[in-house]
Amino acid sequence: MNISLLSVVGYLVGIAALVGLNAVILVWLERKVAGHMQFRLGPMEVGPHGILQTLADGIKLVSKQLVIPDEADKPLFLLAPIVSLVPIFAAMVPLPFSETVQAWELNIGLLLIIALGLLNTLGILLAGWGSNNKYALLGGARAVAQILAYKIPLLICVMTIIMMTGSYSLRDIAIAQKDTWNVLYQPILFIVYIITVTLETNRSPFDFSEAESELVAGFHTEYSGMGFSLFFLAEYSYMFIAAGLATVLFLGGWHGPWLPGVAWTLIKIYSIIFLMMWFRWTFPRVRIDQMLSFGWKILLPLSLINFIITAGVLAL
Amino acid sequence: MNKPIQPTYTLDKVGEENFALNLGPQHPGTHGVLRVILHMDGEYILKADPVLGYGHRMQEKIAENMTYPQTLPYVSRMDYLGALSYNLAWVLAVEKLCQFEVPERAEAIRVITTELNRISSHLLWWGAFLLDLGGFTPFLQALTDRERILDILEEITGSRLTYCYFRFGGLPSDVDEEWLTKILDFIKKFRTRLPRYHDLVTGNVIFQHRSKDVGVILPFDAAGYGLSGPILRGSGIGFDVRKHEPYSGYDRYDFEIPVDQNGDCLGRYNVRMAEIEQSLRIIEQAIGSIPEGPVRSKVPKLIKAPEGEVAVAVETPRGQLVIYIVSEGGKKPYRVKYRVPSFANLSIFAKMAKGQLLADALAILGSLDMVIPEVDR
Repeated sequence: MNISLLSVVGYLVGIAALVGLNAVILVWLERKVAGHMQFRLGPMEVGPHGILQTLADGIKLVSKQLVIPDEADKPLFLLAPIVSLVPIFAAMVPLPFSETVQAWELNIGLLLIIALGLLNTLGILLAGWGSNNKYALLGGARAVAQILAYKIPLLICVMTIIMMTGSYSLRDIAIAQKDTWNVLYQPILFIVYIITVTLETNRSPFDFSEAESELVAGFHTEYSGMGFSLFFLAEYSYMFIAAGLATVLFLGGWHGPWLPGVAWTLIKIYSIIFLMMWFRWTFPRVRIDQMLSFGWKILLPLSLINFIITAGVLAL
Repeated sequence: MNKPIQPTYTLDKVGEENFALNLGPQHPGTHGVLRVILHMDGEYILKADPVLGYGHRMQEKIAENMTYPQTLPYVSRMDYLGALSYNLAWVLAVEKLCQFEVPERAEAIRVITTELNRISSHLLWWGAFLLDLGGFTPFLQALTDRERILDILEEITGSRLTYCYFRFGGLPSDVDEEWLTKILDFIKKFRTRLPRYHDLVTGNVIFQHRSKDVGVILPFDAAGYGLSGPILRGSGIGFDVRKHEPYSGYDRYDFEIPVDQNGDCLGRYNVRMAEIEQSLRIIEQAIGSIPEGPVRSKVPKLIKAPEGEVAVAVETPRGQLVIYIVSEGGKKPYRVKYRVPSFANLSIFAKMAKGQLLADALAILGSLDMVIPEVDR
């Protein structure tokens, strides 16, 4: 494959635009969804139906002073939001939007996304440690404590799909679902996947490392201005990637009647994101030890049994 | 110079993982300026040390220096969510001291407004408790209905939160039929809304797991710590001042005292939700049987109390409030003592929080339904 400097720059600009635009839309969507679920309108002032509200907030956040606590570990404190955000640019690369629209076709694309997803936890841990704040530290510790409980079921989910398709390439996985989507074969796995990515993206009801009523704001208690908005950007971008992965793994990627492929991909991605927002504005938070035992005792055996049965069916 | 009193920071068990965590006075989980020093071992609480007094306003001392009517608007600043119960308690105490008569119509309207206030307080608690558990939407749902109650109360009392409505010997003015039908309309609408509350929260698996068997108070402890209100009734002791020492004509109405035997957060939740329904029943009966007549008896313009002492107990949304007045005659009381429910209810928190997870401790604190200015007075 021939990679010119120009195309790399082009991809980077494209992905940066996607990340930025996605965050603008998602923050607005989150507030609208929350508003309508709570019998209110949400943002209405800036632009039609408040669509430009996120931009106004973004400008406000950027223009704010970045406060660094006296006792904080300064390099780590500054590094944490960047560690959280940067992997997203790489993780977006192998995500296919249609048969032709894809930044770069990688034969281990799935593996790359799963691996880079872990770096988000590192960012949270660094923020928790670097802030020198007890609440932030508890938030960071919680983020690390829950990794294994959701990563292993998530990996088994992904393994099952890889086993069914025989490829690590996201494009191949989507093409293999041309006739029947994987969600019809693997409904249980789809539910397990949605739960685990909700955990991975730190979304309510699993927002332990933020946990407003318990830890004030968790790992980003001490962050203001740009640092805070980078975490925000990272959270919504991870949601986008997780939903994109769900689309490719379970919902047949870009396949769908009438509309072009890119439109179908985006519709599916935003439907899953809407589902995650629905969780957030409906459920109370799970307690962390309950989540850990749920992960180890239910999600893991469930996905493992599902894996074995699938393997058995495939072997027949 | 006296040194300010500082709580001890020494940890019970010294180790690498132990640390002191300052919960409050500025923390979203404490609902006000309550500060709790938590001695933590990781996520577990070794010891909880509540620090009170950030909102201390010398309510009792101020009452000694003011005339009886002047104190009336001041008492509602203690429990701002159940202000009418405080109003009622002060008015009842002075009426008992001075032996003023209260017309039956005034008593009925007092019951209607106080019960509406109780529902609004429980609704806010419902939302705030779910907020403590991490659910945001219930809070807004509850406030939507609470808003209607505030509108109704605003119409006759003139204020939305810190009411000063009752007067010695009755009420400042009569209410009309239109206002009463407005309440009946609200009750009709609210009865269709209550099942939605249960659909959204009560049956939720996560909610059940978070509140069941969390923060269990045994009946023995509940009585020993002097708890009252829904917390006492959630522990299986069916004591309610409205039933056992009826005032303002509560004995004329037919209602039940909801009791839950479990003593956990879910038990207290169930008691409060059932209380909302009982309050609706009381209001309906009071409106149905409201007598005609005056709303205020003849009371001297300048109130001079005779010598003596008086204690009056009232069931506020949070529990038993006792107002004790000692009078040496004259316009001002000699001594006033408020026995507030939140203060007694908070006293058991340290015992309950011990050995719990941080998340559970905040759920317990939420289920106790604290109003911090009432604790601090």
